[in-house]
Amino acid sequence: MDMSQYLEIFIEESKEHLQSLNQSLLQLEKNPGDRSMINEIFRVAHTIKGMAGTMGFNKMAKLTHDMENVLHALRNDELEVSPELVDILFKCLDALESYTANIVETGSEGDRDSEELSGILSGLLSSKSTPKDQEQPGTVAPPAAETGHGIVSDIELDQYETNIIDKATELGNDVWQITVRLNKGCLLKSARAFIIFKTLERHSEIIKSVPPVQDIEDEKFDFEFTVIVLTKEDAETIKKDLNSIAEVDEVIMKLVRERNKAAASVQAEEIPVSEQLQVTGDHKQAAAAGQDSNDSTAKKTKTGKTVRVDIDRLDVLLNLVSELIIQKTRLEGLEGIERTQQYTEAIEYLERITTSLHDAVMKVRMVPVETVFNRFPRMIRDVSRELGKEVELEMSGVDTELDRTVIDEIGDPLIHLLRNACDHGIESREERRKLGKPECGKIELKAYQDGNNVVIEIGDDGQGINVEKVRQKIVERGLVSKDIAANLSKKDLIEYLFKPSFSTADKVTDISGRGVGLDVVKTKIEALGGTVEVETEPGKGSRFYIRLPLTLAIIQALLVMIGDEKYAIQLGSVHKIINITPGDIKTVQKQEVVMYRNSVIPIVRLREALEVPGESSADQKVMTLVIVKKGERLTGFIVDRIIGQQEIVQKSLGKYLAGTKVITSATILGDGNVALILDVNALAN
Amino acid sequence: MEVQNTTETRKYLVFRLENDEFGIEIDKISTIIEKDMNITRVPKQPAFVKGVINLRGEIIPVLSLRLKFGLSDDVCDENTRIIIIKLEDLTVGLIVDSVAEVVELDDETTESISNIAGEKSLEYLKGVGKLNGRIITLLDLEKVVIPEEAAT
Repeated sequence: MDMSQYLEIFIEESKEHLQSLNQSLLQLEKNPGDRSMINEIFRVAHTIKGMAGTMGFNKMAKLTHDMENVLHALRNDELEVSPELVDILFKCLDALESYTANIVETGSEGDRDSEELSGILSGLLSSKSTPKDQEQPGTVAPPAAETGHGIVSDIELDQYETNIIDKATELGNDVWQITVRLNKGCLLKSARAFIIFKTLERHSEIIKSVPPVQDIEDEKFDFEFTVIVLTKEDAETIKKDLNSIAEVDEVIMKLVRERNKAAASVQAEEIPVSEQLQVTGDHKQAAAAGQDSNDSTAKKTKTGKTVRVDIDRLDVLLNLVSELIIQKTRLEGLEGIERTQQYTEAIEYLERITTSLHDAVMKVRMVPVETVFNRFPRMIRDVSRELGKEVELEMSGVDTELDRTVIDEIGDPLIHLLRNACDHGIESREERRKLGKPECGKIELKAYQDGNNVVIEIGDDGQGINVEKVRQKIVERGLVSKDIAANLSKKDLIEYLFKPSFSTADKVTDISGRGVGLDVVKTKIEALGGTVEVETEPGKGSRFYIRLPLTLAIIQALLVMIGDEKYAIQLGSVHKIINITPGDIKTVQKQEVVMYRNSVIPIVRLREALEVPGESSADQKVMTLVIVKKGERLTGFIVDRIIGQQEIVQKSLGKYLAGTKVITSATILGDGNVALILDVNALAN
Repeated sequence: MEVQNTTETRKYLVFRLENDEFGIEIDKISTIIEKDMNITRVPKQPAFVKGVINLRGEIIPVLSLRLKFGLSDDVCDENTRIIIIKLEDLTVGLIVDSVAEVVELDDETTESISNIAGEKSLEYLKGVGKLNGRIITLLDLEKVVIPEEAAT
């Protein structure tokens, strides 16, 4: 047995805890007086310390331990929350994150030392006013009495713990003393103990442990330990659960005090015991601070019942569902079958099931954008400080969900855009004051679902894009001649911002301006099947719209016939289908165009563009024109015939054909044949 | 002149194109299928890329070895086969006139191509196997399926 099997759990959980630490710190920075946040940060730091200690990541454990000391002092009002202190805590968070990152990559926490941070932390402590009590901070559980008890014998309880027990029994809890004896062959006692503690915490509240938690974490115990727990569950359930843990030899349970039944029925129905206990636990400090202790429990992080699944397994599942849908479509289209009522009903039922199955699988793969968004507040905070600006980030729609594959890719483009907004969008404080704007700039990050798309908006109330500057730059760069540039519309000019190595920033800063931003953003988003648009108004700000498909694998498509070949066009990009006559087609500068709703749109004869063999359909009286939309631009595609709309499963063309320009991917039709999915963007150019 | 000394035997699948016999190492072959399915043409590809097929849910490109080797286009009959080969992460189908048999060749009966190289048409070949008077041209599959021409 080795630790590596816990490593994954450790990493996942650490990430979650660090994220919650990040959020709490941001909250604390906003409301320095928020005691509940200090408690929350303390709780998280302590949890991380415990986990890191168990896994043998001593540097992490040491750092969190030092953090705890400071937080403890904060809780006891021996220290005050100051911006510097929050900064230091943020630095600690960074250090913890880098440790975790190192663990992800190498399995060890790395050589980096956090002595400096520890030094600063203890420096803070030594400068604190007057140490009020001698209590050694470090564990959330009240410090245990002296060690050296006979283990199966009763644990002695101090006054404080007796108080807790009194309170708990009133609330309908039984108090048990549980002694767990581990198998003598158990190699990683602390890891085992950790699991046992976790199991116990599901049913009960651990109020004391002998030897103390810290010692158990450090493996400073023989093969048994004893805890005092408060629980509403009956003893058998707990015992059964503990016995089901591997390498547990024996569980001895002893009732210390039975619940106070009369009181329980009155009081304890809805209030979880933990919250009540926290009130008791924090009693000393809370009273001193005159703070409403209920605050501290209001923001308890919720834990849902979840299972972690490898994304590869979900991919397998999705592939199987795709296969099923293909077969279903095939069944529907089979010829030479007598369509009895039973047959039709069966097919309809199958249809319903496959649709639900597909939805269910897609839902499993969906992740809220929050998982990407939640690192942005911190980033904006850092960036705006660096720039000496004041910027507020407002996020909404964080629970909007996107496919996992999209989520994984979307982070970098968003970071680019947010940094841009901070750096180029929002003006300096002085400038904003001069313009009569509030000194604090605002960046809005919004996600919402729009039909089969998810839209992410990034807006700022800054200076907007200077279109004239763009015009000037493209001439300077020799991209177009002066005459042409003079006639370019605002929209065309903005397009240039997305060209490689183009930046309007006069100075390259650390944040952005190297001109490697927007084109990368655009490429990335388009690779995900999405689009980027910009609206900008001088003096008022800019707004980027990123439109992303909800799912990547299964899409609605329009099937069309060109010659004897079938092609699919993503329905999302189809604007309208109209009929035209050859007389409608005009030629402007060697480009065939038609008039559509008072605007001229270019047309592409797909038969020629795709080099489809066979007779040209030029002499047809009525031609079918599929108008597709690329951003704001419309293009008409001439096809021979529309087959219809169908749900199709996108399949990769594979490495060999990866370079094919006009085709994005392929799909398998109900008859087993392959149809190619057209790259609308490439064909429209 | 480079004849290796070790006598390691290798298995080759022998197939025919026109009147010539070619061999491919058997461990690179994933399966052989009859050419009874439609091949979907892929636009903007060199002529020897015939298109793609659906092989049990996977999209696989199919190449014509005849066109690749400068022979006349395939005429499909009941002997025509598609040999599906797998090279690491690249899966490709090759259309051949017919598949003959599996033979074992050792180093004594194979001859490196280096001594007869120099001709452009031989660039996909890596050796020649001699078996009871038959001459089997051994293909260098990596060279055959490198998609450099597909990209142009």
